[in-house]
Amino acid sequence: MATRAARPLSPHLQIYRWYFTMALSILHRISGAVLVVGLVLLSWWLTALARGPEAFAVVRAAIDNVLGGLVLFGFTLALFYHMLNGIRHLVWDAGLGLDRESAQRSGVLVVVGTVGLTLLVWAIALVK
Amino acid sequence: MVQRASAARRLGSARAGLAEWKLQRLTAVALVPLGLWFVFAMLALSGEPYAEVRAFFASPFNATMTILTVIAAFQHARLGVRVIVEDYVHAPAARVAALVATDLLAFAFATSCIVAVLFAALGS
Repeated sequence: MATRAARPLSPHLQIYRWYFTMALSILHRISGAVLVVGLVLLSWWLTALARGPEAFAVVRAAIDNVLGGLVLFGFTLALFYHMLNGIRHLVWDAGLGLDRESAQRSGVLVVVGTVGLTLLVWAIALVK
Repeated sequence: MVQRASAARRLGSARAGLAEWKLQRLTAVALVPLGLWFVFAMLALSGEPYAEVRAFFASPFNATMTILTVIAAFQHARLGVRVIVEDYVHAPAARVAALVATDLLAFAFATSCIVAVLFAALGS
C-alpha cells in the first residue's frame, strides 16, 4: 500500500477558517461535555442528600462560594446553550431552516436566548 | 454502483446506529421540559435548609420528575460521549475500552442517582 499523506481526519478543526455557525456547532459538543461534568456533580449532590445532613453540608460548602457560583453559572450557560441549540438541531432534523441565512438567524437567537435565560435564572437566584 | 449495493445488501445495517440516533433525539425532546423543570427545582432549593430539600424529594411528583430527568440525561449523555469517542479515539483497543467505560459509568452514575432520590424520598 502506498504511504498515505497525513491528512486531517474528521472533525478537522485546525484547518478551517472559523466562522459563526461553525463556532456554534463545536460549542454544542463542548457544552455537552461540560454538562457531563455537571451530571457527576448532580450525582454527588443527590447521594450526599441521601446520606444525611453532614454529607450534604460538605457539598453545600463546596458550592456556596464565589468559585462554586462561577462553576454553577457556567453549567447554567452550558445547559441553556445545549438545550436551545439542541432544539435548533431538532428543527434541522425535520428538514427546516437549513439554508445559510436561516442557520445564521437561528444561531443568533440561540446565543441571545442562552445569555438571556442564564441571566434571568441567576437574577432570580441572587434576589432569592 | 449496482455491484456495491449488492455487496452491502447481505451485510445488514450498521448495527444499532438508527436506534441510537432515535434514542438520542427522543431523550433530547424529553430533556427540554425536564431540563426546564430541573432549573426551576434547583432555583427553588438553592439556599434551603437540609430538611426542606429532603421534603422536596418526599413529594412523589418531584421524585418522579428527578428520576425521569436522571434517566433521560444519562442516556443522552452516554450516547453523546459515545459519538465524541468515536470521533476522536481511533486506536481500536482504546476505542472499545472508552466506549465500554462510557456505558458502564453512565449506568453506574444513573443508578446511584436514582437510588439516592429514592432514599431521599422514602428514607428516614
